[in-house]
Amino acid sequence: MSPPGLLFATLGLAALAAPFMTLAANRIVAGEGVMAWAVTAPAVTLPGVAVVMAGLLLGLPSEWSRLRFAGSVLGLSGLLWLLMQGAPRLLEGAGDYARVSPAIGFWCLLVILMLLMADSLARMAPGPLARGALLAAVMGALALILWSGVLSQLSILQEYASRKAAFADAVLRHLALAFGSLATAAAIGFPLGILCHRQIRLRGTILPVLSFFQTIPSLAMFGLMIPMLGWVGDRVPGAQAIGIAGIGFAPAFLALVLYSLLPVVGNTVTGLASAPPAALEAARGMGMTPRQRLLRVELPLGLPVILTGLRVVLVQNVGLAVIAGLIGGGGFGTFVFQGLNQTATDLILLGALPTVALAVASAVMMDILVELARPRSGRAG
Amino acid sequence: MRIGVILRPALVLLLLALVLKPAWFAPVFAPLVPEGTPVIYARSSLLSLSLSHLGLVAAATTAATLVAVTLAILVTRQAGEAFRPLSRTITNLGQTFPPVAVLALAVPALGFGAGPTLVALFLYGLLPIFENAVTGLSTLPPTTMEAARGIGLNRWQRLVQVEVPLALPVMLTGIRLSVVISLGTATIGSTVAARTLGEVIIAGLLTSNTAYVVQGGLIVGLFAVLIYDALVQLEAHLVRRAGG
Repeated sequence: MSPPGLLFATLGLAALAAPFMTLAANRIVAGEGVMAWAVTAPAVTLPGVAVVMAGLLLGLPSEWSRLRFAGSVLGLSGLLWLLMQGAPRLLEGAGDYARVSPAIGFWCLLVILMLLMADSLARMAPGPLARGALLAAVMGALALILWSGVLSQLSILQEYASRKAAFADAVLRHLALAFGSLATAAAIGFPLGILCHRQIRLRGTILPVLSFFQTIPSLAMFGLMIPMLGWVGDRVPGAQAIGIAGIGFAPAFLALVLYSLLPVVGNTVTGLASAPPAALEAARGMGMTPRQRLLRVELPLGLPVILTGLRVVLVQNVGLAVIAGLIGGGGFGTFVFQGLNQTATDLILLGALPTVALAVASAVMMDILVELARPRSGRAG
Repeated sequence: MRIGVILRPALVLLLLALVLKPAWFAPVFAPLVPEGTPVIYARSSLLSLSLSHLGLVAAATTAATLVAVTLAILVTRQAGEAFRPLSRTITNLGQTFPPVAVLALAVPALGFGAGPTLVALFLYGLLPIFENAVTGLSTLPPTTMEAARGIGLNRWQRLVQVEVPLALPVMLTGIRLSVVISLGTATIGSTVAARTLGEVIIAGLLTSNTAYVVQGGLIVGLFAVLIYDALVQLEAHLVRRAGG
């Protein structure tokens, strides 16, 4: 018996006793909770509930990780079944503005089943390629579910349907902010890190300054960028033509780059310094120039640490780019803050859920890269 | 180090002046806005906003520390061993959740105001503290633990007199990370109607009043930098004491 499995089963059964979906008269008001077995006819819901319970129970045996994994997939498909069967049935005759959304019970079960999946995976310890395949499979399944339209009756997807163009725009803007600032920070940070690695005095000045930037709260940082870039945009000829202005993309981008520099520079310095003295000695003995030593010894050995820095930056920037929504920088934050202003829960979710998914996917992807960069025994360097 | 001796008190004085006597800075901020626009945020007192901001962070961090350290102690005991991989997964994945998203997701569940902010700060603050506490408690030198057993300390005594004191500097690093994130997230909390210093920045952004933005940004930034610095000093002090 697996103790976490027991915990999941207990919590999961408790969550089944909480409202599974809500039906509201319109997109703003609070809705009325509906239990999982009552979302539609019992002939449809009871098998769904039974499948969810079976999934939770399969998570119990501690020895068979594959079975536990299968249980989590089974449970998740049960949730999907209840959701797609329940939504159209609840909306029937409920009025034109009525909205159905998943409720607390659904979200709790979703989290519990995903934790079960994560726990069983942690025990199976899949290699980087298997994890990549799994990430692709999860993304593919999610895309298929959304594309097929089986959930299109849900409130969050109705919010999406009414702003498809804006959403596509936000996706591109969010990716441009997160990945663009990562690339810029890498382009500045690597050379700076190599310089800091060579000159200890420089390191003592630059790293504290960068960690000072890191400490400033994001909203303050974004805010302080506005007058600075506004000033540049007004004074420097041609600056406004290339998009440098007080509000919008430029201040958000610059703030993200400033936040990214510390992990990039710091990890480059740590990574380069991680080459064992014996390896450096050997390289020197072979007559390598400092440049060759850097490219052929220090960089390859330090690559995992350097990539870890990029992972930190990417995950952090995907999250921070949400704040850009407050200063007209676009991205998913636009929906989050619009939703908060209108107290429209599903609009908030339309911004927050893709952000979370993007952050988690980036983290998993970067973890795979870090692992691939790590020299394995038998294939050193 | 020498710069710090002058800089630290100077920044503290600047911060105190900004919070207590904002009117002094009217001439400084005036050029940032068109004439006739209010320069100094007056809708509520900066002192009360600061206190409410710091209060939220302190309450959330205290609760997060208590819970996270307790959980860390539990999973580093033999009985909690089964939960180790799970707890590692949760902390790894949980920290990829953006703080803003955690805040935004707390609103549908809890409504507007200080509540969701406090919950988001608490939940998000748990992760770094827990992670560091587990690291601290599970990387104690085996010889020290052996010696503690050797002199006849029971499990409780070992925990209280040896393990926790030795892991304290690492735990404090986690608390520091958590405080810095909380200060930032609390700032954004004003978008969900919590009373924090973010209110000043948001008011500035909404009315295109750069003076407000700079004023709020400076105060929040100074608080964060000074608190971070104070915690770094405290850690260094603890490490020195533990080492000597």
